[in-house]
Amino acid sequence: MATHTEQVSLNRKQRSGIWDWITTVDHKKVGILYFLAGFFFFLLAGLEAVIIRVQLIYPELNIVSAQTFNELITMHGTTMIFLAAMPIFLGLMNCIVPLQIGARDVAFPFMNALGLWLFIFGGLLLNLSWFLGGAPDAGWTAYAPLSTDYSGTSGMDFYVLGLQIAGFGTLMGGINFLVTIINMRAPGMSFMRMPMFSWATFVTSALILFAFPPLTIGFFLLMFDRFFGSNFFVADAGGNVIIWEHIFWIFGHPEVYILILPAFGILSEVIPTFSRKRLFGYSAMVFATALIAFLGFMVWAHHMFTTGLGPVANSIFAVATMTIAIPTGVKIFNWLFTMWGGQIRFPTANLWAVAFIPSFLIGGMTGVMLSVAPADYHYHDTYFVVAHFHYVIVGGSVFGIFAGMYFWWPRIFGKMLNETLGKWHFWTFFVGFHLTFFPQHFLGLMGMPRRVFTFLEGQQLELGNFISSIGSFLMTIGSIILIINIIMTQAKKEVAEYDPWDGRTLDWAIPIPTPVYNFAQLPLVKGLDPLWVEKMNGNNKMTPAEPLDDIHMPNSSILPFVMSLCFFIASFGFIYDVLIVAILGIAGFFFCMLLRSLIDDHGYYIKKEELAPVVDEGGKA
Amino acid sequence: MLLAGCGEENLSALRPKGTASKISFDMMMLSIYIMLGVFFVVAVIFTYVILKYRKRRGDEDIIPEQVEGNTTLEVIWTAIPILLLLILAIPTVLATFTLAAEEPQEGDDTLKIQVTAYQYWWDFNYPDLEFNTAQDLYIPVGEKIYVELTSKDVIHSFWVPALAGKMDTNPGLTNAMWIEAKEPGVYKGKCAELCGPSHALMDFRVIALEKDEFDAWVNHMKTAESAPQTEAAQAGEEIFTESCISCHAVGSEGGNIGPDLTVFGDRETLAGFLEMTDENIADWIKDPQALKPANHMPAFKDQLNDDEINALVAYLKELKAN
Repeated sequence: MATHTEQVSLNRKQRSGIWDWITTVDHKKVGILYFLAGFFFFLLAGLEAVIIRVQLIYPELNIVSAQTFNELITMHGTTMIFLAAMPIFLGLMNCIVPLQIGARDVAFPFMNALGLWLFIFGGLLLNLSWFLGGAPDAGWTAYAPLSTDYSGTSGMDFYVLGLQIAGFGTLMGGINFLVTIINMRAPGMSFMRMPMFSWATFVTSALILFAFPPLTIGFFLLMFDRFFGSNFFVADAGGNVIIWEHIFWIFGHPEVYILILPAFGILSEVIPTFSRKRLFGYSAMVFATALIAFLGFMVWAHHMFTTGLGPVANSIFAVATMTIAIPTGVKIFNWLFTMWGGQIRFPTANLWAVAFIPSFLIGGMTGVMLSVAPADYHYHDTYFVVAHFHYVIVGGSVFGIFAGMYFWWPRIFGKMLNETLGKWHFWTFFVGFHLTFFPQHFLGLMGMPRRVFTFLEGQQLELGNFISSIGSFLMTIGSIILIINIIMTQAKKEVAEYDPWDGRTLDWAIPIPTPVYNFAQLPLVKGLDPLWVEKMNGNNKMTPAEPLDDIHMPNSSILPFVMSLCFFIASFGFIYDVLIVAILGIAGFFFCMLLRSLIDDHGYYIKKEELAPVVDEGGKA
Repeated sequence: MLLAGCGEENLSALRPKGTASKISFDMMMLSIYIMLGVFFVVAVIFTYVILKYRKRRGDEDIIPEQVEGNTTLEVIWTAIPILLLLILAIPTVLATFTLAAEEPQEGDDTLKIQVTAYQYWWDFNYPDLEFNTAQDLYIPVGEKIYVELTSKDVIHSFWVPALAGKMDTNPGLTNAMWIEAKEPGVYKGKCAELCGPSHALMDFRVIALEKDEFDAWVNHMKTAESAPQTEAAQAGEEIFTESCISCHAVGSEGGNIGPDLTVFGDRETLAGFLEMTDENIADWIKDPQALKPANHMPAFKDQLNDDEINALVAYLKELKAN
């Protein structure tokens, strides 16, 4: 390993190949890996969803068995939330936030890579359960004792350990972004000049910091019940099954805001850019984001209205939940009034952003309806809830992800996604989405519980289910078009031009592709939308805040990969009860920590002579 | 209103037939009206904005005014939602307390029913009347009935959409709710909490009878004695006593591992979801897992021959309250 290397030049050969990718600590590459792994899991969980909808297209089908169906719904939900949506957001945050705040990297590049590999190995572990005796089958919520004594497979072992490992990674990512945003903003970038996506990242990271520890504890309890015969959730032995519900939702509700706030942030970047206007009511938007996050911790029991907490608890949580509608409403109106008076362009990125508004609004409306406890006694655990949270997570988070993808693709991958295919993707997926989930509101109210592997004939549930399945096929077509678009885009040679969208923030003030050090000179930020401020002053690039100098960079390291691999190996020791493997895995992890502590790694410098040409190139546009 | 009257009668929560589900339904409607109002306002602004402010040719040279915000507008769209939510919150709290169950006082003649959920069937006990049923819950019309709920294995949820909202049955804990049918009928009930592979098939029925019919049913139940009439049924009883009684009770005798079969012959359905035919009953006894995956009843196809199973079917069909 490197000791103090005063000068390691940018050797292009060294910077390609698999070794480079698994040892990288560069936030842009870590971000790309997050994004690609997340996208892979998104497709996998999407495939699971299609099988679910095929099974439910007609009543009383037996295309998959009841047991397999429960495994499918569990894995669909778990994968989408923990392994697809969150990592894709973490990928976008990694790629964009340091650029938006004018930083050269994140605060803890090593920990960033560790978080990534923990997520990848955790996700891999969870999904290997398919081949090792069956996937988890107790729903993504893993209610005990269905997830402990009554589970039909060993899948729940993989669930507990896989998500525990992935969760450590997410927690590290959250801490990293908090420190990065607090400490590494460019000169002049005060908190109230920070772009909304960076704000969303900051608040989301705070949510992760407070929401994941309860989940970690919960998983430990579940793990002890499953592996070591403890009785936390065994009613006959004095345990209490409701404790798990509380722990899970104390994490679980903030989790849904972890999934939606970054999408809000993306919208607050995309809509102003394509309206050619600054964000309407910026301070209100910041305040609303923080308030939503704060209230998000106060409302978990609205997932438990039918648990039997009594009318006092139900009333308090009902009213607390309703209050969240107020800051959320503020956001919707602020976006609308950002567009008001603007010059709206509709490239695919903005199509997704604009389509987000009515789609998410419906999800928000049913959210308020669900907060009405006496009505929720009917909605709860039916397809109404399924429709609601898909309107929020697909119509909200996924539309936000797509908007961000089309918007930042040139920034991240250096090329422009094809607009024609983009529009096909948009219309098929958008129509498919509403076809799939709108009828489900009615199915739920008409008496269809969620998580049913089939439904009986003659209950007037046929039509809604049929439409829903057709819609899901349309979404599949949309996703395939997206994949084709990505492959075609990456296959072509043409590199995107500087600032392709007439951007407003620092992430557009650097050349494409992004140099490894991001900013040759840190920029001086003179206001909200710093690039736009410069453009209005007749410049097309930022005013530097420092003279050109050598740039200190962190060295790459294989340790994060090895540490995550150690956890992965240890997990198999626990699952198959081979104590020595578990001990070796954990010991390996601690040995890596020891290495990390003992070996001095001072990073390397990029000489200022190497920077100069890039700067000129960047300035040409 | 479009929504009202959607779905199958006696199943849909949109066609309330019980006092509790009517309260829930009214709250649904109130929230839908408010939300549709909000949707309408947003939809109008949305449509106007994306039509009116599209980029047009020649716009390139004009920079739109960079509006920071507008305090008046922002106060309006904060204040109006607060008002709307107050309109919603007050009846919400009231209805939440109305729907909460209070334990009947000593000497109160409220009918009390204990619901116990199992993978994948329902036991209904009438503690004051001292008898059990399974799968079919009989209640009198027009009376508020106090229901206690618990589970013997995993968490299930008791839901009769047409009559009342759902309530979870938690192992080791007892919940309570009340239920009142406004008109007689056979209402469909469902398990609403994922409880294993056959969660989807864990249906049951609530049979609401006029008061006098219900009283007659209670009398029959109290005196129900199995006295098989036909020869086949008598043979069936013998087999039942040998092979089935350790799990299933008939009258006062038998185990409580499986559903009580005292009035099996009166059941609306077999196993909560199948049509009550001789063939289905026989198939069920032969291989229950084929019909309701992962349920806990062993298959008898290797223990009993066809004649024995037919005799058993004949016996079971005679088990009636009247």
